[in-house]
Amino acid sequence: MKLSDAPNSQPTPVATELISGAEILCRALKAEGVEFVFGYPGGAVLVIYDEIYKQKAFSHILVRHEQAALHAADAYARSTGRPGVALVTSGPGVTNAITGIATAYMDSIPMVVITGQVPTHAIGQDAFQECDTVGITRPCVKHNFLVKDVADLAETLKKAFYVATTGRPGPVVVDIPKDVSIAKAPFAYPQSVEMRSYKPVTKGHTGQIKKAMQMLLDARQPMIYVGGGAILGDASPQVTELVRTLGYPCTNTLMGLGAYPASDRQFVGMLGMHGTVEANMAMQYCDVLIAVGARFDDRVIGNPGHFASGNPARKIIHIDIDPSSISKRVKVDVPIVGNIKDVLLELLALLKSAEQKPDPAAIEAWWKQIEEWRAKDCLKYKKTSSIIKPQYVVEKLWEVTKGDAFVTSDVGQHQMWAAQYYRFDKPRRWINSGGLGTMGVGLPYAMGVKFAHPDADVACITGEGSVQMCIQELSTCKQYHLPIKVILLNNRYLGMVRQWQDFFHGNRHAESYMDALPDFVKLAEAYGHVGMRIEKPADVEGALKDAFAMKDRLVFMDFVTDQKENVFPMVPGGKGISEMILAEDL
Amino acid sequence: MRHILSLLLENESGALSRVAGLFSARGYNIESLTVAPTEDATLSRMTIVTSGSDEVIEQITKQVNKLVDVVKIVDLNEGKHVERELMLVKARAVGKDREELKRTADIFRARVIDLTEKTYVIELTGTGDKLDAFLEAIDRSLILETVRTGACGLGRGEWIVKA
Repeated sequence: MKLSDAPNSQPTPVATELISGAEILCRALKAEGVEFVFGYPGGAVLVIYDEIYKQKAFSHILVRHEQAALHAADAYARSTGRPGVALVTSGPGVTNAITGIATAYMDSIPMVVITGQVPTHAIGQDAFQECDTVGITRPCVKHNFLVKDVADLAETLKKAFYVATTGRPGPVVVDIPKDVSIAKAPFAYPQSVEMRSYKPVTKGHTGQIKKAMQMLLDARQPMIYVGGGAILGDASPQVTELVRTLGYPCTNTLMGLGAYPASDRQFVGMLGMHGTVEANMAMQYCDVLIAVGARFDDRVIGNPGHFASGNPARKIIHIDIDPSSISKRVKVDVPIVGNIKDVLLELLALLKSAEQKPDPAAIEAWWKQIEEWRAKDCLKYKKTSSIIKPQYVVEKLWEVTKGDAFVTSDVGQHQMWAAQYYRFDKPRRWINSGGLGTMGVGLPYAMGVKFAHPDADVACITGEGSVQMCIQELSTCKQYHLPIKVILLNNRYLGMVRQWQDFFHGNRHAESYMDALPDFVKLAEAYGHVGMRIEKPADVEGALKDAFAMKDRLVFMDFVTDQKENVFPMVPGGKGISEMILAEDL
Repeated sequence: MRHILSLLLENESGALSRVAGLFSARGYNIESLTVAPTEDATLSRMTIVTSGSDEVIEQITKQVNKLVDVVKIVDLNEGKHVERELMLVKARAVGKDREELKRTADIFRARVIDLTEKTYVIELTGTGDKLDAFLEAIDRSLILETVRTGACGLGRGEWIVKA
């Protein structure tokens, strides 16, 4: 019997057989229940790849660039909640992976990244394909390890998964020198791990939760502000129950979309730089604000001084698993450090047993105000029959997919239109790079999602700038038969750059024009996929239906859209969130 | 305001660079940083002197605490504490300066720990202010080189920082 097959009733498996570091890695990944390893081989990981070749516990997905391996593993994690795993070689393998690691780090995505390293005796010798992986990745990982002794490998891997998935999640790098993957040791995978220096908080402080409850019940102009932490903490059902129990308005951040259903009346839209009027105004003028797994970042609250002036009497409750997120940009009144789900369950129980209820007259008056803001209909745009509006494509995509697709995006105008016009009703359906804002993630994100959810519709909303940053992955999609639908909103501009140039740089379009674009239809066909070009608004819906009907093909849809369209509302950088520019203002 | 932060961290390679890297990445000040293993060889004790508003110090403490290698961090300014710094001064000591330097060193309870015909190495321990005062008290033109450890400190009495 193999050790890894040992029944769980034996808490400490006794290891007798000596196996290589590479095999220890494979068995550890199996023990962690890893389904997919996204990677790219190279000299320092050859021994590991040889072992992968021999095993059947997980599938290895060969990408075309290490960056894409990281993004795909990241999207697997975002869409499932389970840690993503990537494997790259030393030196350039690692440096190519950095963008992917930093992207995951900024959005707190649980990942374990295995990197090959030159043999221990060659470290520091400027060896071929050597780089200081632990040093280079340090600022963009939750933690990292260099394994110098094969005897430490199994425990280090256990720690890596533990650190990556607990507390505020994040990517963890395990750097394995080639001689360590060759050297042999007995394999005993720890059932659990104890680290005196790492004790993530779980339960919130009951006294603070009681204070928060009282504050919420006393509120006259309340606002519930929900971020990506609610999704990472699988607290969407509790968020929904809280919003409905209280009857208060709810906004989601870009990272929080889907935490509360967007099609519900109590949802006032996304907030922030491109948030709705009703969300931003309610945020600015509320008297009690509860932040749930959100971090008041610059794209969300704009200028913190201006935000504070909106309602000087405003009280803020902040629930977050990371104490350093609290009072970082905005001073809060009731901090609650803990696992969001557990904190909300406790808060909900208190609310149920409380005799006091929210003041119906005050809340009704507040809703009346919010409905006035909502009546501005800030997301309306001019439809024409001659030119495709990008917003229209997203709206039609929502209809054709019945609002139930997984949608990935790149970064720029198309990302904001996707966030504004695809109404996400479920968590983990909206996959994008919020923190780092990485162009090029969309296609590899769609791959990671499709591996995790092979039967679901997966759409990648992208731009002609972003998609070319990882376009080589069309080859990976062909190899693994991934029937993704690429929705290219092609405006022949780096649209968001052009929009800022229009507003703040005197319309001087410095390097924001995308010239010499490929024929995307032929490009898709060259990779063995289906290409479509859609030029008329009347063809949009039909084309989308045709594409999604092709269940077994990747369809690359090149929508030729309005070059001049901008994203509204817009809060200029450094301004307050109530200082929005609306489409109608122009 | 000046704060003196005391840390216990895993005595592992790279732990120092994690702390130092955090300070530079987030733009925090380091006035001094000193680190050495403790009586438990698996732990290092680090003392960082930094400055900033209360909000900044709170963020520094939280961010440092988040580092996986950091077992504990305390702000010694939150209670009564003692702190000391060690300085070595190499000074030109000839003629009448030789006697004068020795006299000043005695007043500051400093010790001469190395001497040649022309030089002294003077060892002085105390708070940063005291070390500064000593340098002010001697003729600056006599100073050949100085080295300071940066402050280290402990809480007074029963205030104990343990893993």
